[in-house]
Formats: sequence, C-alpha cells, structure tokens
Amino acid sequence: MAADPIHQFEITKLFTIGHIGGQEIAFTNSSAYMFLSVAVISLLMLGTGRRLVPGRLQSVAELSYEFVASTIRSTAGSEGMKFFPLVFSLFMFICISNVIGIIPYTFTVSSHLIVTAALALLVFFIVLIYGFYKNGLKFFKLFVPSGVPIYILPLVVLIEVISFFLKPVSHSVRLFANMLAGHIALKVFASFVGMLGAIGFIGWIGAILPLGLTVALTALEILVAFLQAYVFTILTCIYLNDAIHPGH
Amino acid sequence: MATTAQTSADGGQKAPFPPFQKDTFASQLVSLLVAFVALYLIVSRIALPRVGKTIDDRQAAIESDLAAAQKLKDDSDGALKAYESELAAARARAQAIGAETREKLNAASEAERKALEDKLSVKLAEAEKTIASTRETAMSNVRGIAAEAASAIVQRLTGVAPDGKAVDSAVDASLKG
Repeated sequence: MAADPIHQFEITKLFTIGHIGGQEIAFTNSSAYMFLSVAVISLLMLGTGRRLVPGRLQSVAELSYEFVASTIRSTAGSEGMKFFPLVFSLFMFICISNVIGIIPYTFTVSSHLIVTAALALLVFFIVLIYGFYKNGLKFFKLFVPSGVPIYILPLVVLIEVISFFLKPVSHSVRLFANMLAGHIALKVFASFVGMLGAIGFIGWIGAILPLGLTVALTALEILVAFLQAYVFTILTCIYLNDAIHPGH
Repeated sequence: MATTAQTSADGGQKAPFPPFQKDTFASQLVSLLVAFVALYLIVSRIALPRVGKTIDDRQAAIESDLAAAQKLKDDSDGALKAYESELAAARARAQAIGAETREKLNAASEAERKALEDKLSVKLAEAEKTIASTRETAMSNVRGIAAEAASAIVQRLTGVAPDGKAVDSAVDASLKG
C-alpha cells in the first residue's frame, strides 16, 4: 500500500552528476526541491516590482525583509545587520522549502537531518570564527558568566562549554524532528482516510474524523513550517549575538 | 531517536530510514551547498539591496511628503495668523476711528446744543422782556380804557359825566383789588 508514512522522505536519484572520492554525487529529488525553493525565493524577491505602493507579492517580499531585519535588530542589535543576508537566506530557504513540502506529493528538504545539520553547523562555525575574529580571546568570556561565585564557577563553565557545543545539535534536530514528525502524522491520518474509505459506506462515515484531522493537521503544519523557520532564525540571531557581544 | 520510527515502517521496505541513509548525504550536501550559495549570492547581491532600496525610497518619499505637508500647514498657519492679526488691527483701528468720530460728533453736537441754548435763552430773555414791557404798556392802556369805560358806563347809567379824578381813583382801586 502507498500509505507507508516513511516513503515521502525517500531520496530518489534523478541523474548522476559525478563522483567525489568514490562517492556518487547525484541530482536527487531533494536537490530539485532545494533549487525550486531558491527559484521561488528569487522570484518572490526579484520579480515582484518596486512600486511605491506595493502590490500583494511585493508586500510579501518587503514584509519578509522587514520581519527578518527586525528579528536581527531586536536579538543581535544593529551590529547583527552585517549577517542580514545570511539570516535572511536561512529564514527564506527553510520557510519556503517547508511550505513547499506541505503540498501533497512533494518533498520536504528539511526533513533530512543532514540538511538541517549542515545549516546549523554553518551557523555554529560562523559564530565560532566571527566570535574569535571580532573579540579575540575575550570570546571565552561567553563561557564565564559574570556574577557567579568562584566555587561553582568551574561547574558553570563546564556546563556553558557543553551547552555551546550542543547548540548545533539542538538547533538542527529541532527543525528536522518537527518536520519529520509533522509529515509522518499527516501521512498516517491521511492514510486512515484511504483505508477506511476502502471498506465501504460505514468506512466513509468513519473516515470523516481522520479527514477533519488531516485538514486540521495541514493547517498546523503550515504554522509549524513558518514557526520552525522562525525558531531556526531567531536561534541563529541569538547565537550570532553571542559572537558579537560575548560575556554578558 | 527517529530510527524507532523506521522499524515501525512496514511494507516490504528493507532500506534504512531515509534521513539516515548515509549514501545520500554527499549528494544532499553538494546540492545544499550549491543551492544555498546561489541563494546567498542572489539575496545579498541583488534581492536585499533592491528591496531595501525600495523600502528606503518609500520611506524617503513619505518623509518628504510629510515634510512638504508640514511646511504647507505651517505656511497656512502663518497666513491665518497674519490674517487674524491684520483683522484684529483693522478692527482696533475701526473702533478707534469710530470712538474718535463719536467723540468729535458728540463734542460738536454738544457745542451746537450749547450755542443754540444760549441763543434760545437770550431770545427767551428778550421775549420775556418784551412781554413784560408789552404787559406794562397794556396794563397802562387798560387803566385808561377802564377809566373811559367806567365814566362812559356811569354817564349812560346816571346821565351825568362823572368826575374824572373820582373815576381814576376808583379804577385804580379796582385794578389793585
């Protein structure tokens, strides 16, 4: 039966591009949806006019611009604006690919841990490199909170260091798990509709509940798609803020 | 964590849970790298400057429009104030002129009235004098007439002409009484 809830996460090779170190590099359905997301974002941001009084799509483009800009300003200060293109790219990429993934028969890019881990590690290393580049050794103040009594300071520093290195893990797993679980739940409930509908008339009545749940879950997933992109973005801003202003 | 979900996945699928198939990682990472770098370049080089400029232009347009509107409002306020002060000045001037004119007219009419009164009182005095003299002459005439009439009446009644002196004294006595 096609109701296997895991099937939607499968990577299918469309064509092979080449090999790197004996590893086959293929253009997959995931690649296609990544590029589709990039294309949609580009279309939204570039193809929607520059009128003084904006139309609907232009408003969407400007709203996303100002939304991300205000998120950065409120969490990382105006110094964080130098990371605006990065944060904007992250937010739009995750948000648009998540929203595309809700459309039935599509693929959700961020339902693969490798993708979210790559994005989270990108942020992690930028924070690490920029933190040392801008603050030098003062960046270590990040691990030493002020106002902590000296006798528990080692313990606190240890916890801070561990939490710093666990940040990319939670950062990536949160997005990945949310998308994965949401899509599995959606698929499970939707498959109930099909299974019950196959029984006959009584099944049709029984299918009303899972159908309603599927609709409700779809609405929830649209919220989650946006929300997880926002959460990823605001965590990125908070981590960047650590790099810009360590030790507070 | 999600590996447990994989075991529950039924259907003749023996392959591992898709997000943990290591042989797909390289392909996804390469695609992600290319796609994300392309997105970053598009966003940082073209999209954000463009949208930012549109927003800034709009902000500038709104601000200049507001400034122009404020200037016009200030101008009209100034004009209104000037008009009001002009009006107040004109009103004050008009009142001053009115008061002055009224005063002048009052004074003139007062003077005229006084002159007229003086003239009238002079005339009145003259008239009174005239009346007094007229009455005096009339009174003296009356005495003569009364004496004549009395002597004539006496003559008619008695047939004898009365003594002039007696008549005169009688008339005087009756005029006094």
